[in-house]
Amino acid sequence: MTEKKNKSAIQRRLVPTYVFLTIVSLISVFPLYWMISAATNTSTEVSRGRILPGTHFMENFRNLTAQQPLWRALGNSFFYAILTTVVCLLVCSIAGYGFEIYHDKAKDRLFSILLLAMMVPQVATMVPLFQMFSKAKLLNTAVGFILPMISTPFMIMMFRQNARAFPIDIIEAARIDGLNEVQIFFRMFFPTMRSTYAAAGVITFMNAWNSYLWPKVIMTDNKSLTMPMLIANLITGYVTDYGMLMCGVLFCSIPTMVVFFVLQKQFAEGITGAVK
Amino acid sequence: MNSKKKGMTLVTKQRAAGWAFLTPATLMIAIMSFYPMFRAFILSLQTGTGKNMKFTGISNYTRILADKVFQKSIGNTFLYLIIQVPIMLILAILLAQLLNNRDLKLKGFFRTCVFLPCATSLVSYALIFRSLFATDGLINSVLVNLHILDQGYNFLGNSGSAKIVIIIALVWRWTGYNMVFYLSALQNIEYSVYEAAKIDGANGWKTFWGITVPLLRPTIIMTFIMSINGTLQLFDESVNLTKGGPANSTITMSHYIYNTCFINVPNFGYAAAMSFLVFIMVAVLAFINLKVGDTRD
Repeated sequence: MTEKKNKSAIQRRLVPTYVFLTIVSLISVFPLYWMISAATNTSTEVSRGRILPGTHFMENFRNLTAQQPLWRALGNSFFYAILTTVVCLLVCSIAGYGFEIYHDKAKDRLFSILLLAMMVPQVATMVPLFQMFSKAKLLNTAVGFILPMISTPFMIMMFRQNARAFPIDIIEAARIDGLNEVQIFFRMFFPTMRSTYAAAGVITFMNAWNSYLWPKVIMTDNKSLTMPMLIANLITGYVTDYGMLMCGVLFCSIPTMVVFFVLQKQFAEGITGAVK
Repeated sequence: MNSKKKGMTLVTKQRAAGWAFLTPATLMIAIMSFYPMFRAFILSLQTGTGKNMKFTGISNYTRILADKVFQKSIGNTFLYLIIQVPIMLILAILLAQLLNNRDLKLKGFFRTCVFLPCATSLVSYALIFRSLFATDGLINSVLVNLHILDQGYNFLGNSGSAKIVIIIALVWRWTGYNMVFYLSALQNIEYSVYEAAKIDGANGWKTFWGITVPLLRPTIIMTFIMSINGTLQLFDESVNLTKGGPANSTITMSHYIYNTCFINVPNFGYAAAMSFLVFIMVAVLAFINLKVGDTRD
C-alpha cells in the first residue's frame, strides 16, 4: 500500500520531466513529419501552411523524376555508400586489430600520429586531393569517392578499443592449431566481433551516404550525382516547388531512416564506439 | 637449437603480420590526409592557376588581413561556436540526465524521438529548415494566422534572423547526437550515487551540477572538442540553408573557401592559405581544450 503510494508520488514528481520530454520530442519529430506530409501536398498547399498529409505525392514524384535523374542518383549513392562501408570496415578493422594485438612502442607511437589526422579539416585537403585525383583520372569515379573515406582514425580507434576485449588465449590456441596470422583474423576475430562490425558499418554507411562536400568537389559530371547533391539542386531556381523538394528530401532520407529504425542500437554504439 | 630457431622465425612472422595489418590504413591516412595537408601548405605559398604556379611567399596570408568576407566568415563561424555549442551541450546533458532516471516510463520512446534528427542527412535537414523558415513557409503562416505578424517575415533575408535560424537548425540536428554520449557515460556511473544524493536531500538541480556534470567531465571535454571541430568546418548548412546570405552574413569559412576554389575565379593558392588557417584554429582549440581538461587532478 505504502509502496504503491510511493510509486504514484514518484510519478507525480516526474510530471514536469514528462512535459519537458514530450515538448522536446515533438520538436525533434515535427520537421521530419512535416517533410513527409509536404511531400504529399502541392507547393501552394505547403505555403498556405497545410500540415496534414495530402494526395499529391505521385504528382510531386513525377515532377521530380522529370527534372532530376532520381534513380541514377539513388543508385550512385547506394553504390558509393556500400562500397565505402565494405572497404572501410576491412581496412580499419585489420588496422585496429593490428594496433591492439601486436602492440609495441613503435606501433603505439604510429597510432598517436595517425590520430592527428582527426584534426585535418576536410576543406584543407579538398584542393590538393582534387588536383591529385584529376591527375590520376579519378574524377567522377567510385574509387575517387571512396578513397579519402576508407581509412579514418575514428574507425581504427573503434576497432582497436573493441579488440581489447578479444581473448588472447584464442589467438594462442589458434596458433598452436597451426593457423597463420591472417587466418586467425578472418576465422577467429571477424566472426566474434560481429556487433562491432555492425555498429561501425552503420556509422560508415550513414557518413558516406550523407557526405556532400567531397562528392560536390569530384563529381563534376551529372551522371555521377549523389542524392544530397540532387536535392541541393532543387533550390537553385527562383521559385521553389516545396512539394517536389520535400519529395526529393524524403527519398534522400528513407535509407538513413530505415537504417536508424532497424539498427538504432548499433547506430548509438557506433557513434560512441571509439570512446569507451 | 633447431626448435629455438623455428620459434624465432614464428615471432618474426607474427611481428611482420602485425605491421602488414597496419600498412593499408596507415598508407591511406598518409596519402589522403597528411600529404594533402602538406601540399596545401606548399600551395598556400604559391599563386597562379593550373600548372603556372609561382611561389609568392606569404602574400596569400597577408591577403587574409584585407579580405572582409573571409573575416566575416570567421566571425560567423565563431558566433555559431560560442552560442550554439554551449546551448546544445547543456541541453544534451540535461536530456541525458532526465532519461537516465529509473522511474521514468516510455524512456525508449523519448530517447528515439530525441535521437531521430541524426537520421537525416545534413543537406536534408538544411533544406527542411530552409523551407520551414521561408517567407511563405510554415513558421510564417502560423505566425500570420495567429496574428502575431501581419505578413511573412523574411527570416532568411535578414542577417540577424538568418543566423538564428542556422543556430536553431544546428541545435535541432546535433543535440540528440551528443546526448547519446552522455547517456552512455551516465549508464556507466553507479546509480547508487544518485540514490545517495537523493537521501542526502539534494534536488534535481543540485544533483545535475553537483554530480552529473563533474562525473561527465571527460565526456563533456570530448564532445566539446568534436563540436568545435564540426562547427569550424560547417559547410552543408551554410550552402543549403541560407546560401551564405544575405550578403555573406551567414557564410562559414568552409563555404567561402569552397567558393574561392570552385565558384568564383578559382584561386587555389589563396584557398589553401585560408584552409591552413582553419587547420591551425582546429588544432589550437583542441589543444587548449585538452589542457583545460587536464587540470582536473
